[in-house]
Amino acid sequence: MAIPPTARAAEPIKLGVLEDQSGDFALATIGKVHGIQIATDEINAAGGIAGRKLELVIYDTQSDNTRYQEFMRRVLQRDKADVVFAGFSSASREAYRPIVDQLNGFAFYNNQYEGGVCDAHMMVTGAVPEQQFSTLIPWMMEKFGKRVYTIAADYNFGQISAEWVRNIVKENGGSMAGEEFIPLGVSQFSSTIQNIQKAKPDILITLLVGTAQSSYYEQAAAADLHVPMGSSVNVGQAYEHKRFKPPSLANMYVTTNWIEEVDDQKSKDFVAKWHAKYPSEPYINQEAENSYLAVYLYKSMVERAGGSTKRDDLRKEVAKGDVCVEAPEGKVCLDPKSQHMSHTIYLAKVGDDHSISFPKTWSDIKPYWLGAAGCDLVKKNPNAQYTPSSPPPK
Amino acid sequence: MPGFDAAFGFLYQFGDACAFLVLCAAGLAIIFGMMGVINLAHGEFIMCGAYVTVTAAKAGLPLPLAVLCGALASGAAGILLERLVIRHLYHRPLDTIVATWGISLIASQGTLIVLGPSLTDVSTPLGSVAIGGLSYSVYRFVLMGAAAAILLALYVLFNRTRFGVLARATIQLPHMAEALGVDTRLIYSLTFGIGAALAGATGGLYAPTMTLVPTMGAQFIMEAFVTVVVGGGDVFLGTAPAGVLLGLVKAFMTTWQGQLAGQIGLLVAVIAVIRVLPRGVSGLLLRERA
Repeated sequence: MAIPPTARAAEPIKLGVLEDQSGDFALATIGKVHGIQIATDEINAAGGIAGRKLELVIYDTQSDNTRYQEFMRRVLQRDKADVVFAGFSSASREAYRPIVDQLNGFAFYNNQYEGGVCDAHMMVTGAVPEQQFSTLIPWMMEKFGKRVYTIAADYNFGQISAEWVRNIVKENGGSMAGEEFIPLGVSQFSSTIQNIQKAKPDILITLLVGTAQSSYYEQAAAADLHVPMGSSVNVGQAYEHKRFKPPSLANMYVTTNWIEEVDDQKSKDFVAKWHAKYPSEPYINQEAENSYLAVYLYKSMVERAGGSTKRDDLRKEVAKGDVCVEAPEGKVCLDPKSQHMSHTIYLAKVGDDHSISFPKTWSDIKPYWLGAAGCDLVKKNPNAQYTPSSPPPK
Repeated sequence: MPGFDAAFGFLYQFGDACAFLVLCAAGLAIIFGMMGVINLAHGEFIMCGAYVTVTAAKAGLPLPLAVLCGALASGAAGILLERLVIRHLYHRPLDTIVATWGISLIASQGTLIVLGPSLTDVSTPLGSVAIGGLSYSVYRFVLMGAAAAILLALYVLFNRTRFGVLARATIQLPHMAEALGVDTRLIYSLTFGIGAALAGATGGLYAPTMTLVPTMGAQFIMEAFVTVVVGGGDVFLGTAPAGVLLGLVKAFMTTWQGQLAGQIGLLVAVIAVIRVLPRGVSGLLLRERA
């Protein structure tokens, strides 16, 4: 179709948003939609992207993987979105990812996860295990001791994250005191608590997911189990430290790439701006920040590509290795090999009264694993997810 | 004494699993086991009880009274629901499934919209106690006691009171009961209400130990249905042995191989029991094998 360039310039860029606004995960993901909305309003107020307005097409995926598939088809085929921001749980991402590949779409996954997705159709702005665990676990082992126990949700996220924990513990000269995988939806933890007490670990890594499993903390505190805990999912997503009565989460250490307690001027301004638009937001979590910065990241990619929204044009810019954006956490950049994001990593400690302090901050932690293991999207697109035990074929 | 520690540890696991199954199933044993209404909104009665209990406790009521409020609120909701919906569907079991499922969705999503995605909880009371090398939450023993007390109360209510006789008569032979002057509509309402109130009490009792979210009912519903199916039609003779049997399987498998094995063991046990005893354990005890 021959549309004159001036008419095309007036057409908005369509950004599809597939996030859970109801169901089990809604608590952690409503803020992601708000983050995208705030960034979009700011960008449109400042003239849009390369002269075009940004238009959001938002669907509520209801914490249901089949909805992701249904809406991903709809947003790509019927709405013809230029880019889609989608997904919280890894199960949902793996549900929609084949559809993005099949329909030749372009998606951003703005969430921390177990890592390893090497797919040219995807940009990942969330943190991955080498960023969260290679900082957290050595720090905790030095401080508390070398025997580690892991409890993890029994699906791809928990299994792969636990594998990372196992490897990093071994590399740092520690040992596993035990490991248990817990089906999603389990809410009664007496036996798990007893097994941990018997194993007497120095550190407990909790990779529990969903509202049912989060009952663990209250039950462990009531049974007087007080092993120092480490996690990559708690606090930074479902703000358990705000929702649970203290001190059930006391003595927990979390590595996160940003949470609303971060104590600097840039973060305070960001929180103030957020509350001006959404005064009753219960918490601004790391995925909300990831979603916010992802809109600006997309803007910078499109502008560098001279206004094109074609995936291949944008990836050519990413391949140059200097697509970066200024976020509340600081400057973050896309790694061209894996299309994952570098991050500032904050170590958040939950106090007895559930206040947050930051004993340590690591800046510019790169998502190095995929690239080092052999994923190079600049050269080849395998459309696959890898793990330390099944790395890319050499 | 490592032998004693291990034995006590297992006994505690067993009691804990048993209490959870019995409390999940108590209300449903009346509504589904006895009345035959497949109530998929049972989890929402539990959620309602938990929410009311926590709200009352935060307003300053002592926890036992708050649980009572939760039970009464769920009971009232149950009676209302029976009058408006369930009553018209007693002879249409498949329609009941659709109706109660719809009510369950409306209740949990309505709660999400009105009260938000989560409610701050109250802490688990009573602290912990060290026995042998391990420490236990004292409140878990209270839950075991509550399960036993509720079973006993059900036995007394349905086997030793006039209301119990009328309720059983109404459900077994409604027309004969009516001919003898029983207000069967009232009995149906009250019986359904008692089932809902027990679900509310379960929610209230577990509220201090769990994360309060609108979808929390789903965490009870599987255990509730399997316990009732294994138990069969009699409220006391079904729920008590089913709770003991499934609790034993679950505690053994969980202690041995972890939570996943516990869940698998539980479901395999259920399949085995209903294959051998289609009318559940109480069917066997009351000699009405099909």
